[in-house]
Amino acid sequence: MSNSQQITGAQALIKSLIAEGVDLVFGYPGGAIMPVYDALYDCQDELKHVLVRHEQGASHAAEGYARVTRRPGVVIVTSGPGATNIITGLSDALMDSTPMVVITGQVASGMLGSEAFQETDVVAITLPITKWACQIRRPEDIPAMVARAFYIASTGRPGPVVLDVAKDAQVGMMTWRGYKKCDYIRSYNPCPALPASKLEAAAAIINEARRPIIMAGHGVSIAGAEDALKALAEKTGSPVAATLLGLSAMSSDHPLYRGMLGMHGNVAPNYMTNRADVIIGVGLRFDDRVAGLVSEYAPNARVIHIDIDPSEDNKNIKTECFIHGDAREVLEALVPMVDEARHDEWLAEFDRCDEVEKKVVIDPEVKPGKGLLKMGEVVSCVSKAFGDKAIVVTDVGQNQMFAARYSRYTEPRSMVTSGGLGTMGFGLPAAIGAKMGEPGRDVVLFVGDGGLQMTLQELGTIMQYGVNVKIVLLNNNFLGNVRQWQAMFFNNRFSQTPMLNPDFVAIAAAYGIDGENVAGRDELPAAIDRMVSHKGSYIINVNIDATDMIFPMIAPGKAVDDILIDLNTKFTL
Amino acid sequence: MSDNKDKQLFTMSAFAENAVGVLNQVTAIYTRRCINIESITASACSIPGVSKFTITCHSDRDTMDKVVRQIEKRIDVIKAFLYCDEDIVYQEVALYKVPTEKLLEEKHLEWIIRKHSARILEITPVYTVIEKTGHRDETESLFEALKRYDIRQFARSGRVTITKDPVEYVTALLAEREKDLK
Ligand SMILES: Cc1cc2nc3c(=O)[nH]c(=O)nc-3n(C[C@H](O)[C@H](O)[C@H](O)COP(=O)(O)OP(=O)(O)OC[C@H]3O[C@@H](n4cnc5c(N)ncnc54)[C@H](O)[C@@H]3O)c2cc1C
Ligand SMILES: Cc1ncc(C[n+]2csc(CCOP(=O)(O)OP(=O)(O)O)c2C)c(N)n1
Repeated sequence: MSNSQQITGAQALIKSLIAEGVDLVFGYPGGAIMPVYDALYDCQDELKHVLVRHEQGASHAAEGYARVTRRPGVVIVTSGPGATNIITGLSDALMDSTPMVVITGQVASGMLGSEAFQETDVVAITLPITKWACQIRRPEDIPAMVARAFYIASTGRPGPVVLDVAKDAQVGMMTWRGYKKCDYIRSYNPCPALPASKLEAAAAIINEARRPIIMAGHGVSIAGAEDALKALAEKTGSPVAATLLGLSAMSSDHPLYRGMLGMHGNVAPNYMTNRADVIIGVGLRFDDRVAGLVSEYAPNARVIHIDIDPSEDNKNIKTECFIHGDAREVLEALVPMVDEARHDEWLAEFDRCDEVEKKVVIDPEVKPGKGLLKMGEVVSCVSKAFGDKAIVVTDVGQNQMFAARYSRYTEPRSMVTSGGLGTMGFGLPAAIGAKMGEPGRDVVLFVGDGGLQMTLQELGTIMQYGVNVKIVLLNNNFLGNVRQWQAMFFNNRFSQTPMLNPDFVAIAAAYGIDGENVAGRDELPAAIDRMVSHKGSYIINVNIDATDMIFPMIAPGKAVDDILIDLNTKFTL
Repeated sequence: MSDNKDKQLFTMSAFAENAVGVLNQVTAIYTRRCINIESITASACSIPGVSKFTITCHSDRDTMDKVVRQIEKRIDVIKAFLYCDEDIVYQEVALYKVPTEKLLEEKHLEWIIRKHSARILEITPVYTVIEKTGHRDETESLFEALKRYDIRQFARSGRVTITKDPVEYVTALLAEREKDLK
């Protein structure tokens, strides 16, 4: 192949993707993107395309892929409705710092602004929900723009990027002069030098700590800072808690790992937050589901916040020492600067909280013994059956909270969930993307009957590509999470939350996916065994107690130590 | 949230690559927080290829610090700054269109124009256009003085600003970035 050749913009786009190292894209064709699909036809060996059943599915699959691989998920869709169908995925990816490059077809540039067939102002719609969005109107701009898109999506705080490619840019000819990756944009500096004075200040604060907590967020996984996090925790003897998206950044088995933060997190880390004297936040954004009532958050603590995004500085909570940098780089620099310490008495207080939570919340959930099955016991059994090593993908709702709480994590990057946007329907396509990104690992999806029906059509994608995803349907025939709030805050008025459901196992069977119904406790272990040992996808439709509620709970707007451990009981030590 | 905090007038200046849609991205950050923009100016600056947006609004310091950081977060924005009036030299220009016959009846017209350091841009038998450059209170006070002549049209620009700081941060920052490239 000569170094400079005449090719179409569409060919240049495909060549650029391949040159960027992309080997998998999720997408759906249509009029305004057909030249790209035509160019793809010649390159299917190098660039595998997964035809989803709805563009939203492509966007969540790309997210699932990106979360487990740390590489941008790539999506190709057509203009107009194809583009508007990925809005939810873009918004979800921006919220959860997930790298994604989306290519949308667009009408020919001469027709822009004329309400041409399937014209939508994609850049204007997507700018507020992307890290960057740009329109390409000339074929010769394509390679550089693709390079820029990947650079922006994957560096700094990762996020989704849109390239809206006008049809004439796809069909026009250009001279291919090879592909050059982007590593510089003058107005964008994703990784500035580490601030030495800040590191010293942070080390001094840590060395004076008597009651420290390390809070691990999604940024730890994004940075690949798991080892550095462990090193800091072990050297300083500090307990570690994780956000929902920080789960699996530290092994559940580690003695210093003390559970999940936030609304439905564990009692100990939440309660102790307001007793801590130092908080070391690493790669989390102190979301309101984590920080609760901000004015009463951690009143005694000096807060160190390590984050790659400077706009997180003081955004939600007051910070004494904000360190702008990559979590791994910062932690690796910090570990040699801190003193060795132990905080046994402080940790013992966590143990005392744990004892209460185990007795009042966990044991009745995991070993109820009688009555209908509960989500917690199902999740706990499934997690064990996979040796606590599977990638856990969840949908949104009670299933998500139970999956997060009752799974154990022993491998990094094992939790894929929609945190910031809370997108029902995320789970099934995200599980497909996660499995395609990490084919060597088990992927198990926990999903509710509501959320599964939001993207149910992706069973077709599973069928067409033989994706091996284990689906655990926690079926309470209710929009369970909303039902719980109706029970707690709306006087048991179950407005529009009961669901009449189809035969899910039969639906899966129609897609060639094996599965079974699990009506009661005695059937569960064998069903899980069959699911684990089955070659290929499998669904278990588990009949769940609809009245079950997820606790502990910090009600919205309450302080993090104002914790309900059941409907009527506030936690006290 | 910030309604009852101490609000004051802030001037934000953002320097950005001269690209389509950047102004949109900047104003979207105000819209999201429901901050009403008082005035807005987009213009060239001394650095080739760089646009300067100057936006004034009433808000509190805490909110505006966050706004500025969120503006800077946009990929095409090079740097954004927050100023109080003391930090900058600034001007606005206002134009007033009044019926010429009313002005001609007036004995004090010359006096008004002189007093306000305004000037006449155009006179036709039908209307006269007066221009005044200055701070908001100055253009407003001329508006008051001209009111009785039946102002037909009035328009005022956003702020143009120059900092009092001796350091040219954007130039320095771009030079730094230039070095990173090499
Ligand atoms: C029904 C429901 C219930 C929920 N309940 C809870 C709950 O109980 N507890 C809980 O925690 N969450 C809960 N959430 C999720 C919550 O809304 C947030 O999504 C979550 O807390 C965000 O976690 P995070 O800040 O770690 O991750 P993100 O929101 O992804 O933020 C990541 C942070 O890391 C930074 N970062 C990225 N890369 C790097 C890097 N290389 N180095 C350093 N920093 C980096 C980013 O700038 C960002 O600030 C719930 C969601 C739903 C839908
Ligand atoms: C797209 C979307 N619509 C609505 C909601 C609001 N919502 C949050 S949880 C929930 C109920 C989920 O029900 P189900 O999927 O059955 O899961 P369960 O809570 O019962 O586990 C709803 C409707 C949402 N998060 N996402």
